[in-house]
Amino acid sequence: MNYFPDEVLEHIFDFVTSQRDRNSVSQVCKPWYKIESSSRPKVFVGNCYAISPQRVIERFPGLKSITLKGKPHFADFNLVPHDWGGFVYPWIEAFARKSVGLEELKLKRMIISDECLELISRSFPNFKSLVLVSCDGFTTDGLAAIASNCRFLRELDLQENDVEDHRGHWLSCFPDTCTSLVSLNFACLKGEVNLAALERLIARSPNLRSLRLNHAVPLDVLQSILIRAPHLVDLGVGSYVNDPDSETYNKLVMAIRNCMSVKSLSGFLEVAPPCLSAFHLICPNLTSLNLSYAPGIHGTELIKLIRHCRKLQRLWILDCIGDGGLEVVASTCKDLQEIRVFPSDPYIGNAAVTEAGLVALSSGCPKLHSILYFCQQMTNAALITVAKNCPNFTRFRLCILDPTKPDAETNQPFDEGFGAIVHSCKGLRRLSMAGLLTDQVFLYIGMHAKQLEMLSIAFAGNTDKGMQYLLNGCKKLRKLEIRDCPFGNAALLMDVGKYETMRSLWMSSCEVTLEACKSLAKKMPRLNVEIINENDQMDVSADDRQKVEKMFLYRTLAGRRKDAPEFVWTL
Amino acid sequence: MMEGCLGLLGGGGSSGASTNKSTLSKVEVVETEASSYPVEAELELGLGLSLGGGGCGGGGGGKGKANAWGECGRILTAKDFPSVVAQPLRPSSNNSMPSTCAVGAVSGTKRAADSVSHDQGGSPTAGSQVVGWPPIRAYRMNSLVNQAKAARAEEDKGNGEKDRSNENLKKKICNVNKTNATGNEKGHLGFVKVNMDGVPIGRKVDLNAHACYETLAQALEEMFLKSATTITSIGGEKQQVSKPSKLLDGSSEFELTYEDKEGDWMLVGDVPWRMFLTSVKRLRIMRTSEANGLAPRLQEKNEKQRRKPV
Repeated sequence: MNYFPDEVLEHIFDFVTSQRDRNSVSQVCKPWYKIESSSRPKVFVGNCYAISPQRVIERFPGLKSITLKGKPHFADFNLVPHDWGGFVYPWIEAFARKSVGLEELKLKRMIISDECLELISRSFPNFKSLVLVSCDGFTTDGLAAIASNCRFLRELDLQENDVEDHRGHWLSCFPDTCTSLVSLNFACLKGEVNLAALERLIARSPNLRSLRLNHAVPLDVLQSILIRAPHLVDLGVGSYVNDPDSETYNKLVMAIRNCMSVKSLSGFLEVAPPCLSAFHLICPNLTSLNLSYAPGIHGTELIKLIRHCRKLQRLWILDCIGDGGLEVVASTCKDLQEIRVFPSDPYIGNAAVTEAGLVALSSGCPKLHSILYFCQQMTNAALITVAKNCPNFTRFRLCILDPTKPDAETNQPFDEGFGAIVHSCKGLRRLSMAGLLTDQVFLYIGMHAKQLEMLSIAFAGNTDKGMQYLLNGCKKLRKLEIRDCPFGNAALLMDVGKYETMRSLWMSSCEVTLEACKSLAKKMPRLNVEIINENDQMDVSADDRQKVEKMFLYRTLAGRRKDAPEFVWTL
Repeated sequence: MMEGCLGLLGGGGSSGASTNKSTLSKVEVVETEASSYPVEAELELGLGLSLGGGGCGGGGGGKGKANAWGECGRILTAKDFPSVVAQPLRPSSNNSMPSTCAVGAVSGTKRAADSVSHDQGGSPTAGSQVVGWPPIRAYRMNSLVNQAKAARAEEDKGNGEKDRSNENLKKKICNVNKTNATGNEKGHLGFVKVNMDGVPIGRKVDLNAHACYETLAQALEEMFLKSATTITSIGGEKQQVSKPSKLLDGSSEFELTYEDKEGDWMLVGDVPWRMFLTSVKRLRIMRTSEANGLAPRLQEKNEKQRRKPV
């Protein structure tokens, strides 16, 4: 292979696209490392603090597309103080300075300011795609900068961000010459948008295939948009407040008839009345349906809709669908691969969804491999049945709303149920559990979950052994996040080298003390061991025997980070 | 100010004990088979609840207020779930009972039996008492809670009496005529940032979990002022609030203020709750001395006119 000229190797490597495969390629030998690194266009950095931007640029000078993730996953649930970190500015600033030809930027759980958005819009002439997921720190002014200056923008995709809405004219900022949009998603914006500007933008975007509107776009505008964009593949409906007897509604039905390319449907952020029969026409083509933000739709209406969706592969829905509805899903959607059932009332939940729904799905959908299921009760028997029916799970996340609730029939912990899952699903990569659980379940996980990469645990276990079983048995573990479990120093310090094989470990409200954290930090210089010290519960001279409320550690080549706020200590 | 211990000990209940045994024996068997783990004379396993951050008394023996970790500003855990199955605590700690448990947890065996059939037994009754639970993204929580509230308001209008939980009743009382439809602000409510003078780190509070000023103020007092009894701020000043005082009635050394849509800082409590919700951008617990010059509070609440001389 060494006799091939570099260009040939490079050409061959072009066909290797996944990050993992490219990492493997680069480890074969030095020449391959050089060629691969210099030609890699897409880089994925799972923890923005694991490596410095300078180092990334040095290694991958041909970088065009980067994905960065910032805050720990539990930040999604308000467990991480807002200013903990995850600032993307240093990265953009470094890219700009080194004239990196950045075209695509994807961020998750990071803080991005308007200044940063402005910098992006001015520094990268070929910038094409901006995808922000669960980010914050910016306003619609920043979006205006992107719209104004990125002449070849193809994709602006905002998913579940916290955006301060200045109700500005960001949509109007797309110049008339901008005709390149392929994907526009602003469903998470809370404010008004300039509807006329929106319609004009869509009219001049012949390549538009994905459009997700926010709640401020009413039905008549939707109708006019659909007329102009009949080639849409992915549609997110904003407001669906309509009068079924009106002219507008009839026009909408006609418009939908024209949009037979739509394969993915979402939104319905406001629904009145809850009748979606206008969309039944496109249901047979749908492979993805997300109605998890549409609580206005009742179970019966959902069921009617789903009966038409025979090709569905991905379904995100609220628990008002009920066990009955899930049975309909199971009998209708034979191609279903992924399902997420969210609670419509997060605090109380909905008794309509129980273990029966889960079992129905497992027996009806042979291709099901990814599930997120919120419910009020579960049984071991159900989990064991599910495990038997579906040995192909790669992602299994179950959340019982009362986190220490036992088996609803036997009052036992769920050790056996989850044990069955990990035993049967040999390809399981992601697991999160809830309900009453003892150390036993961790023994099972350690024994069987050999492919497990990410595990989330809360209110589970009895002693350090639980965590020890995990660390010992799960060889491929990358992310471990634990809250409110009685795991302490013995578990933490059992195998310190293990943490360098992982991306990160989060432990909050456990039994770990400051002393152990300090000891760990000392032994492992290539880990950042951060203590989040909220409410000044500790000071520098704190007693080492004090328990640490929140600890987040991660491997890094960049040393301790310089942007840590006062309340974060890197030991 | 802790409201007494509502420990989980004692009264473990016979059902609890027998289940314990069977689990213990099962685990014992497994233990001997797993050769990598030495069989221990004393198994600590049981169905004890994972208390996470457990012993409020801290590592040593100190059960008093010595250990900052044990008290106050602690994130509530399983102890606080009202329907939690009652089991004896794992016997690992010599301290008999955490004397300073956070509020809310009462679990007797009766409750446990009820909880299975109880429709809403699982959840904390007053909204977001447990931080970060259920594990739903904040963004989704905000939209869902908003939309659920609006839907309930719609139902209430149509249905009249329905069997409702205490939480809903409370919300109904405080939530007069919450309108649905035109609210452009609907998706906006949810977590707003709260900062307190002298405390370097801000928090977020979920406005949707509250239906009136009183519960909001109480929640904020829990969040900020309680921890003040054992805190030394970084600046070196001691926050000597010996007992939590009401932020709303002017008898505390702090005032609760908010920034509205126009960027003005106002005293919380001036306007009807609903109006407050539509205009609040963020909150600040300000020292009373600095709160002079803010829009004066309306003199509506006659009972609480214990205003500090300005």
